[in-house]
Amino acid sequence: MDVYRHIALSIAIWLPIAFGLVILVGGRRYPGLVRPLAAIGAGLTFLVTVPLWQLFHAGSFAMQFQEHIPWIPAFHINYALGVDGISLPLVLLTSVVGVIVVMAAGPAVKERVPEYFASFLIMEGLMIGVFSALDAMLFYVFWEAMLIPMFLIIGIWGGPNRVYATIKFFLYTFLGSVLMLVALLYLYFRAGETFNIVSFYHLPLAATPQILIFLAFLIAFAVKIPMWPVHTWLPDAHVEAPTGGSVVLAAIMLKMGAYGFVRFSLPIVPLASHELAGLMITLSLIAVVYIGLVALVQDDMKKLIAYSSIAHMGFVTLGIFLFSRIAMDGALVQMISHGFVSAALFLCVGVMYDRLHSRAIHDYGGVVNRMPIFAAFMMLFAMANSGLPGTSGFVGEFLVILGAFKADFWYAVLAATTLISGAAYTLWMYKRVIFGPITKPAVASLTDVTGRELSFLAVLGAAVLVLGLWPAPLLHVMTASVHHLLWRPGVRLAGANP
Amino acid sequence: MMHIRPVLPEIVVFSMACVILLADLFWKRRFKGLMYGLTQATLIAAAIIAYSLRNEAPRVVLHGMVIGDRLSIVLQIAIFMLTAIVLAYSRTYIAERGVFRSEYFVLALTGVVGMCVMVSAAHFLSLYLGLELLSLSLYALIALQRDSIAATEAAMKYFVLGALSSGLLLYGLSMLYGATGSLSISRVATALAALPRHDMVATLGLVFVLSGLAFKLGAVPFHMWVPDVYEGAPTAVTLYVGAAPKVAAFALFLRLLVEGLHGLSGAWQEMLVLLAFLSMAIGNVVAIAQTNLKRMLAYSAIAHMGFLLLGLLSARTSGYADALFYALVYAFMTLGAFGVIILLSRKGFEAERLEDLRGLYQRSPWYAWVMLLIMFSMAGVPPTIGFYAKFAVIQAAVSAGFYGLAVAAVLFSVIGAFYYLRIVKLMFFDAPVDSSPLRQGRDLRWILSANGIAMVLAAPWAGTLIAICRAAVRGLP
Repeated sequence: MDVYRHIALSIAIWLPIAFGLVILVGGRRYPGLVRPLAAIGAGLTFLVTVPLWQLFHAGSFAMQFQEHIPWIPAFHINYALGVDGISLPLVLLTSVVGVIVVMAAGPAVKERVPEYFASFLIMEGLMIGVFSALDAMLFYVFWEAMLIPMFLIIGIWGGPNRVYATIKFFLYTFLGSVLMLVALLYLYFRAGETFNIVSFYHLPLAATPQILIFLAFLIAFAVKIPMWPVHTWLPDAHVEAPTGGSVVLAAIMLKMGAYGFVRFSLPIVPLASHELAGLMITLSLIAVVYIGLVALVQDDMKKLIAYSSIAHMGFVTLGIFLFSRIAMDGALVQMISHGFVSAALFLCVGVMYDRLHSRAIHDYGGVVNRMPIFAAFMMLFAMANSGLPGTSGFVGEFLVILGAFKADFWYAVLAATTLISGAAYTLWMYKRVIFGPITKPAVASLTDVTGRELSFLAVLGAAVLVLGLWPAPLLHVMTASVHHLLWRPGVRLAGANP
Repeated sequence: MMHIRPVLPEIVVFSMACVILLADLFWKRRFKGLMYGLTQATLIAAAIIAYSLRNEAPRVVLHGMVIGDRLSIVLQIAIFMLTAIVLAYSRTYIAERGVFRSEYFVLALTGVVGMCVMVSAAHFLSLYLGLELLSLSLYALIALQRDSIAATEAAMKYFVLGALSSGLLLYGLSMLYGATGSLSISRVATALAALPRHDMVATLGLVFVLSGLAFKLGAVPFHMWVPDVYEGAPTAVTLYVGAAPKVAAFALFLRLLVEGLHGLSGAWQEMLVLLAFLSMAIGNVVAIAQTNLKRMLAYSAIAHMGFLLLGLLSARTSGYADALFYALVYAFMTLGAFGVIILLSRKGFEAERLEDLRGLYQRSPWYAWVMLLIMFSMAGVPPTIGFYAKFAVIQAAVSAGFYGLAVAAVLFSVIGAFYYLRIVKLMFFDAPVDSSPLRQGRDLRWILSANGIAMVLAAPWAGTLIAICRAAVRGLP
């Protein structure tokens, strides 16, 4: 077990990447081996990450499972990995979603199959890298490297508007991250030539540099989350991305931005975070209220879920910038919950799309008559998306709204509108797609879910329910790290210790 | 014998150039690939000799004309390797176009000698001599395909503008001679230290020297020749012009500005800031408007030279190492990009337009991946080696306090990413218009593949590469 502690994260990063490269190189020659290999790669990665949860020492805020190898000594860049209570759940989320994406890539993926699986496996490794990097440059390399597979996934497997969407996605995110690079370089020199993220936490920075650094980070992270008003790439990218791409994008990629706030902005520039919290809360509330209304009028199901993702991520940023225990817990639970719920909803759309090749709501109606099992699962996920108690969606939203009440009554009122608008757009879509009489002849020919589809829907359904009914283990893992984040000695982000 | 050891590589290359010229007279018909083989063997032998000199103490030989130090050895080895790859890439290409003649190889070798003299110059005269030897070889190489109107036009343009820039450089050197009374770089440096801070003659000399150097590097506003020459020259020659001479021109900056004119570093820093900013701006923005692939890569080269200058203008030893790293990485990236163009070309068809890359992924997935890696490397996206190079020079600019310039650099790199992405888009997302199979020699295929994969595989060893560059510039002030 001791050896495991020192190599587990590296294995979780490089195993899927290695499988991805093997598939990429050899997949064309041995097409029959691609799917089994991808399944083995994703499965092994999942198995490697499971003991992390077991062995994690939840009482400590320290980075655990640390690895440290000098990489570019000239710039003091190290290959340094480690996870704390905030990043560990995200690593696990990534490895679970990785398995689901591979399972979900059904017969609909016909073109360039090896490349499809290779991209996802490589992305999985890179995302685990983002969540476990302790060196700012290593983080940046993983963060940026992800752009290449994502660019190809949207561009190759997307729909009619894919090229526009993918270039927009790339340039937006690239712009955000290069500014972050300059900020990191500034911190590097201020911290005495080190890229160790934790050592950035102790820098005494003056107000002006703090604000500038915060803004540089903000652009990078806000684009990835995405926050209003830089969210416009997301609906385009989602609509055009294949189901698996949408799942990875919504379930994990969006979390990277929020993770960035928690790992970089808050601890490194606490003063500026406080100073600009008003701005962040305003932007978050706009996302929650306005984007919720935008979602209401969508006819394309994927676009609707994409907008709903933006609104839900607005909740996450709201929770982060309220600086209270309860809101931060809520934001982090919401991140994990949204990972499962949005993945599930995109997969549901994918299940229907595989059959009818349409994402338009008006092409459906009365699906329940032909697909009762599917309708039951989608009901669960739709309820979770609208925040029904008992599902994971409820826990995060409820905690954030509670935190908002403590901070300001009106924040809470505005945030709580999501309970109405979220229910409205999700359930209205559900009603129009699933219920009612069958009016379209194509719907009449639908068949219910296959065993493969049932398996991943069941896994996600179980995750949504478990997290909703019993979130305590997740909260327990995060406790020490969240506490340290908010009440680090010397820096007080939140008010009095509760 | 001892005192000529540092120039052994030059001697070997130059003698072999003469041997090849003679051999061509007698055995041209009997052994077809003889010249090619001899040239490659020469380059490899020269690289080995240079490598064997790596542990010798730095010293100035031949009456203060030439210096043999780590920097010159690293640069010479790079030049030999780059040229050897250039020749391997262009073998089939030039054979199909009727220029597979000894002139091509001899001119390539004399150009290499010129570059070697440039990078190891300790004296204004030897420096200028090397530069002219390189330039004359390049003029002739570009015009080698004498029936091609575009090529002769490019050669003419290059010749006229090149002569002008050499004039500027010479004029500047003469002023420095006037101000310091010496032509030896080290003595100029000592004399400058004794001069008042803003000596008029020396500063004016610096302006002319810098203009001449900027022309050779192809930095804005002395860049006008670059797109025309890149476009007009046969691709094999563009490949030659775009790789090793850039490294050699960069070495001139180190030898002249850093070693010679370090006393004026405040003045040349300001000028380099302007050159770097303009090069990054004009290069990246204008490249977007190009439809010709070679022209686009020419503007991309201009932009890259701007980035390269970021490292130099920090006026710190570590910054020079970063710039050197950037120059070497850039040279290999550009080799790969032109290698792909050569791969797509065939007898009677030049793959010059962006359109010609369309659907490459369906024609040949492997080379589409290779080109993808090279393009992302040029754009500076991790994990490719191009990112570490960009990171190094931007870090150098930040370390010297040029925050504004660093922000400008990263913003221009975002603009630049657009046209590299467009190439990836053409290759991967579009359907091919031309479905003829790619037929090129095995050597080209293998080396090109290695070149592309190296863009990613070198990343874990980026630390080692930067350490080599650091060791190379350790002697600089």
